[in-house]
Amino acid sequence: MSVARSWRHQVQRYNLIGTSCNSCGKYFYPPRTMCPGCRRDGEIVSYKFKGTGEIVTYTVIHTAAEGFEHQTPYVLGIVKLDEGPSLTSQIIVDPTDIYMGMRVRPVFRKLGDSGEKGIICYGTKFVPE
Amino acid sequence: MRDVAIIGVKTTRFGEMWGRSFRDIIVEAGVGALEDSGVSGDDIGSMFVGNMSGGQFVEQEHIGALIADYSGLSEGFHVPSTRVEAACASGGLALRQGISAVASGQDDIVVAAGVEKMTDVSSGSASTALAAAADREWEGMMGATFPALYAMIARMHMHRYGTTSEQLAQVAVKNHHNGAMNPIAQYRTPITVETVLNSIMVADPLHIFDCSPITDGAAAVILAPADIAHEYTDTPIYIRGSGQASDTLALHDRRDITTLDATVFAARRAFDMAGMTVDDIDLVEVHDCFTIAEICAIEDIGFAAKGEGGKLTEEGETAIGGKIPVNTSGGLKSCGHPVGATGIKQVVEITHQLRGEAGKRQVDGAEVGMAHNVGGSGATAVVHILSRER
Amino acid sequence: MSVGIVSYGAYIPKYRIKVEDIARVWGDDADILIAGLMVNEKSVPDMDEDAATIAVEAARAAVSRSGLDVNRIEAVYTGSESHPYAVKPTSTIVAEAIGATPVMTAADFEFACKAGTAAMQACMGLVSSNMVDLGLAIGSDVSQGAPGDALEYTAAAGGVAYIIGNKESELVAVIEDTYSFTTDTPDFWRREGMPYPEHGGRFTGEPGYFKHVLGAAKGLMEKLGTSPSDYDNAVFHQPNGKFPRRVAKMLGFSREHIKPGMVVSRLGNTYSGSCMMGLAATLDQAKSGDRIFMTAFGSGAGGDAFSIRVTDRIDEVRDQAPKVEELLEDPVYMDYAMYAKHKGKIRRA
Repeated sequence: MSVARSWRHQVQRYNLIGTSCNSCGKYFYPPRTMCPGCRRDGEIVSYKFKGTGEIVTYTVIHTAAEGFEHQTPYVLGIVKLDEGPSLTSQIIVDPTDIYMGMRVRPVFRKLGDSGEKGIICYGTKFVPE
Repeated sequence: MRDVAIIGVKTTRFGEMWGRSFRDIIVEAGVGALEDSGVSGDDIGSMFVGNMSGGQFVEQEHIGALIADYSGLSEGFHVPSTRVEAACASGGLALRQGISAVASGQDDIVVAAGVEKMTDVSSGSASTALAAAADREWEGMMGATFPALYAMIARMHMHRYGTTSEQLAQVAVKNHHNGAMNPIAQYRTPITVETVLNSIMVADPLHIFDCSPITDGAAAVILAPADIAHEYTDTPIYIRGSGQASDTLALHDRRDITTLDATVFAARRAFDMAGMTVDDIDLVEVHDCFTIAEICAIEDIGFAAKGEGGKLTEEGETAIGGKIPVNTSGGLKSCGHPVGATGIKQVVEITHQLRGEAGKRQVDGAEVGMAHNVGGSGATAVVHILSRER
Repeated sequence: MSVGIVSYGAYIPKYRIKVEDIARVWGDDADILIAGLMVNEKSVPDMDEDAATIAVEAARAAVSRSGLDVNRIEAVYTGSESHPYAVKPTSTIVAEAIGATPVMTAADFEFACKAGTAAMQACMGLVSSNMVDLGLAIGSDVSQGAPGDALEYTAAAGGVAYIIGNKESELVAVIEDTYSFTTDTPDFWRREGMPYPEHGGRFTGEPGYFKHVLGAAKGLMEKLGTSPSDYDNAVFHQPNGKFPRRVAKMLGFSREHIKPGMVVSRLGNTYSGSCMMGLAATLDQAKSGDRIFMTAFGSGAGGDAFSIRVTDRIDEVRDQAPKVEELLEDPVYMDYAMYAKHKGKIRRA
């Protein structure tokens, strides 16, 4: 991934900064620049999420995506943040301990890198609360 | 709008075709379909080709022009040729574009094709290319794979509806049984539930035998206005319904993780256009990229109530001879899944069935068939209803 | 004007490897090693943790412990000998991740195991001169020990962050004074591009650790006119369990003085975080009015001594972030193979 591309959403990934719509009160993470409900009548503003949420569903990945091979088995889950929106993240937990509905909180971790010489991408993952 | 008919079809063999290139297989499919229909190059008004990722799989874009060129339709003919992309739904979408071109009166004879050459890269690179059908920035970057996304659907489905790993396995068993009777299928070996459950875990709860393979293959159909279809064939197959729908790119944004709303809406639109209901469908090819995907598909189209797809499979109702035969071709699971070609291959299978030329896989008295093609984890769905009767 | 600690936060990865599991691989006698090093186990980072992620976790703990406005932090300095980049600051990552950017200054520090206390001193200078409102000084390491090297038994992972300020009412501890003792002594080093540090073996002891810790500690007590009996607790850099005990004794501090801050036996040497972790553990149990004496050591070599007086604000902030003892609880043990994978000593081809 190019430097600009990983840098562009760095702050959002570091601090779970998404958006919310002042017109309808909905929250968006990953951030959206147009409210799907209000569309052009929406008023999107930046919003920093509290970060806590719960596991909606999850899987334990044994055959990894490229660049994640050294982490297998790793847990990937959909986390529903307390403000409403859901996101996909690695969950740092023993694969035998995770369950649907588990409360989680954010931690700061390495998401990946562009090889040994490339830029390191940091961001948010989740651990049991 | 004009009614549209399929007057010729062809699918290449599906599998790992080490000796054959991207252009070899698409030319074989295109020429085969033209031969099947009896049309000549002079007749072709336009071409639409479904291809997900020539750029990543064979480092080739500008697929439309390439295919026109190597089909001998550039020099002298200069046939307009368009590449269509919607991840794994690219083939279904190419057909829909072709139908529009004929129905609108823009063109008479149109080729709708699909192709993917996936084995020229490592399986890791192929997985990365496929993962581009999901949300690269907010799913892929987190380490999501395609099996992982469907595994999360499966986990939720099992949790909410009591669907079991055995029921998922039965989808694979049934599709391998069908695929064993399909001469073009990648895997023509019957398997058992134990084969699936004892195979390695890819993304819990999905085993490797819950997943469709990496495949090379191409397929093509020739479309014509229904009014002149009989000039080319004694058994035109009519397009009765065509529906397409979109949903959120990322799985986490869906209204309901276990429902592919794109399938719900695409099917509804196709049924509305055809003036039909699920009861009118004699057989269906659904997008079983993973076993759970077939269960969701038969529920979301309406063959089973939500949560009952596993049970319907377990009861044998989706087998040939059952209430609604699903994936007589072997599906993506056994027949193979060259992503851009799959949507066309499904329609070729339905055409063979409706023409009564499906051999051992023949569904008796098949009059109306359906093809259901999905892109990504359900961000695009395309549904077509075909029938013998206009 | 007083200068001191407004808040502090620590982070320790949850994984541990026991000395005996490392000794088994290299054919060393674990009992002799444990007795000699006085270290039983050490922390190991997760595969997606490095000095930057650990620094961020520690910094966030420090911010949430005090509940202060992060925009008041106008300097971020991270000390480490395992910065993830050779060129590109760790401190900008930390500053962005706590939301302190952009009107602020940042830089990385390196001085073997005392880069973190050097950062504290720099922050003291900045807040004393009113150049900045608050400064954030971090010591964070995923320290490297070459396979089979003596350092492998102790090189651990962890980080500690201190927010330094100058408003008396905000301070949980006043830093009464600091004193450094520095010479050019090559007892431990890592050349550019090399994955593991080298060291002078027993040369790291007398001419390194003891000379500089004693030099700084004695210098500070002389300057302040204090003696060990004036202090309730003392913390010294903990490359192993033996050196801090011996240096404490040489200076006249008792076993009781150093007990609260002796975390090395269960943690290992967190390098830039080592002495600062001992101080955090000491603050975790300190009472208002307690005086703490601390001396960090960094190879290369130097000692930074601090005289600290705890205020009554400690009781308000203590429980607002995880204590060191809590971070040491419930570790997940791993064998050498998993440890080697976590540390990148073996890699998937």
